Amino acid sequence: MKYICLGYIAPNKFESLSETDRNAIVDECLSYDDELRANGNFAGGDALQPPQTATTLRWVNGKVSITDGPYAETKEQIGGILILEARDLNHAIQIMSKHPGVKAGPFEIRPAADLSEMMRESEARRGGKA
Amino acid sequence: MPGNEIAIEEVRERLETIYHAESGRILATLIRLLNGDFDRAEDAMQDAFAAALEKWPRDGVPENARAWLVTTGRNKAIDALRRRARFDAAQEKIAQELEAGEREEQAADKEHVGLEDDSLRLIFTCCHPALAQEARVALTLREVCGLKTEEIARAFLSATPALAQRIVRAKAKIRDARIPYQVPAAEELPERLATVLQVVYLVFNEGYYASSGASLTRADLSGEAIRLGRLLLELLPEPEVMGLLALMLLQESRRAARSTEEGEMILLEDQDRALWDRAKIAEGIGLVERALVSRRFGPYSLQAAIAAVHAEAPDAAATDWPQIVALYSALLEMEPSPVVELNRAVAVAMFDGPAAGLSLIDAILARGELADYHWVHSVRADLYRRLGKVAEARAAYGKALALTQQEPERRFLEKRLRELEEI
Repeated sequence: MKYICLGYIAPNKFESLSETDRNAIVDECLSYDDELRANGNFAGGDALQPPQTATTLRWVNGKVSITDGPYAETKEQIGGILILEARDLNHAIQIMSKHPGVKAGPFEIRPAADLSEMMRESEARRGGKA
Repeated sequence: MPGNEIAIEEVRERLETIYHAESGRILATLIRLLNGDFDRAEDAMQDAFAAALEKWPRDGVPENARAWLVTTGRNKAIDALRRRARFDAAQEKIAQELEAGEREEQAADKEHVGLEDDSLRLIFTCCHPALAQEARVALTLREVCGLKTEEIARAFLSATPALAQRIVRAKAKIRDARIPYQVPAAEELPERLATVLQVVYLVFNEGYYASSGASLTRADLSGEAIRLGRLLLELLPEPEVMGLLALMLLQESRRAARSTEEGEMILLEDQDRALWDRAKIAEGIGLVERALVSRRFGPYSLQAAIAAVHAEAPDAAATDWPQIVALYSALLEMEPSPVVELNRAVAVAMFDGPAAGLSLIDAILARGELADYHWVHSVRADLYRRLGKVAEARAAYGKALALTQQEPERRFLEKRLRELEEI
C-alpha cells in the first residue's frame, strides 16, 4: 500500500528559527529520511518552495483559468498529489490544464525546492555518515 | 575618432532620447542574453548607459546605438560575474555559459533577427497570468515602458516601498517558479494576449478615469498605454490589438472636451465636439475598420466601433443610435455583462425614449445586479429628469451621490440636483 503524506508548515516558521535550531531540525529530518530510504519506505517526495511561488488552475465557465497564488479555499480538501516533471511553469500549466481532474477541483502548482545544498551541509554536520 | 568629439550635454540628451524610445527593447534583449535574469539585465543596462555617457563624447555616437548598448551591457554583466568568480566558482560557470551563448549568436550572424521577439517575450512575461494583476501592471510599466518605480507609485497613488516590494516579489516568482522568457505557443496565444490587453487597458483607464492626484502624471499613463498599444500592434498585428489601440485613441481624442477648465465633468452628449482630436479619431477609425474586416475581432474592437460611431456624429442627436444598440447587442452576446447591458439601455433611451431605457435598467436591478453601482442611479436620474418626473429623479441622484467616490462626478451630480431644485 502506498501512502501520500502531506507535510504542513506555517509560512516563515522555518526562517524565524535560529540557525542552530534550524540546522538541528534539518539534520533530524534528513537522517530520518535516510532511515526510511534504507528500509525501502521512502517512495519519493520533495520539499516545496514557499506559497508565493504557487499558481492555481481552476475550471471556470468551461475553461481553465490561471491565477496567482496558492489554493486557499477550505471547502475542498486535498484529494491527491502528482509529482510532475516539466520544463518550466508554462509547460507545467499546459500539461495540467489538460488533466481532466481540473474539472473536478483546482490544481495548485508549486515548484519543488532544491535542497541539495542543504543536504550537503547537513551531511557534513552529521559527519558524512549518510 | 579625434576631431569628432561631442559635447557631453549633447550625448546626455541623445541618451535620454534613446532611453525613452529603446530602453524596453534593450532590456528585453539583455534579459534573453542573460538567461532570463531580470535583475542582472537591469544592472547591465544601467552600466551600458553609464559607459555610453563616458565613451561617446570621446569616440562619437555609434551607428547602431541600440546594438552597442546591448553588447556593452552583456559584456559588463559577464565582467561583473568574473569579478565575483574569485570568491564563488559557480559565477565563473554562468559567465562561461553566457559567453558561449554569445559565440553561438555571432556564428548565426543574426544582428536583428529575434529582437522584435525579445520585446514580445518581455511583454508576455510581465503580463503572465501566474503573477498578481497589480504586479503585472507595475512590472509592465517598469520593464517595458521604462518608468521608474517612484513614477509608477505616484501614478497609482501607492507608496513607493510597497510598489517596489510588489515588483521584487513578481521578479522572484518569475525566477523561482521558472516562468519562461518566451512568446506563448499559437494555441495559448489568444488567451495570453487577452491578459496582455487587459493590462494595457488598465493602465489606460487609470490615466483616463482617475480623478484624484496629480492629473498630469495620469494623462501620461494614458499616453504610455497608447505607446504600449502601438508597440504591440507593430509586434503582433492581431485584430484585437488594433481594436484596443483604436478604442484608446478614440477615447483619448475626447480628453480636451470631457472636462471644464475647473475639472468639472462634461457628459458625451454635452461635449464641444470641435475640441475632439481629429487626427486621433481618423487613426482610430482606420484601425477599427481593419479589425472588423478581419472577422476575428473581439470585445475591444466592438467597443472601439461604438466609440467610432460617436466620433463620426456631428452631435448627440445626429448619432446613429440604432447602430450603437446593435453593436452593444453583439458585445453582450460575446461577453455578457450588466454594465454593457446598462450602456445598451442608455443607447435605447436615445431613440426609443427615456421610458424604454428605464424599463431595461429596472430589469437589470430587479435581477439584483448593479444596485451599488453609482452610475446606474445617475443614469436613471437623468432619464427621470427627461421624463419630467422630478421626485424620482431627485431620489435617484441622491442614491448616486451616496455611492460615488469620484470628486468631479460628485460635483456634477450636486449641480444636477441643484438644477432640479429650481424647477
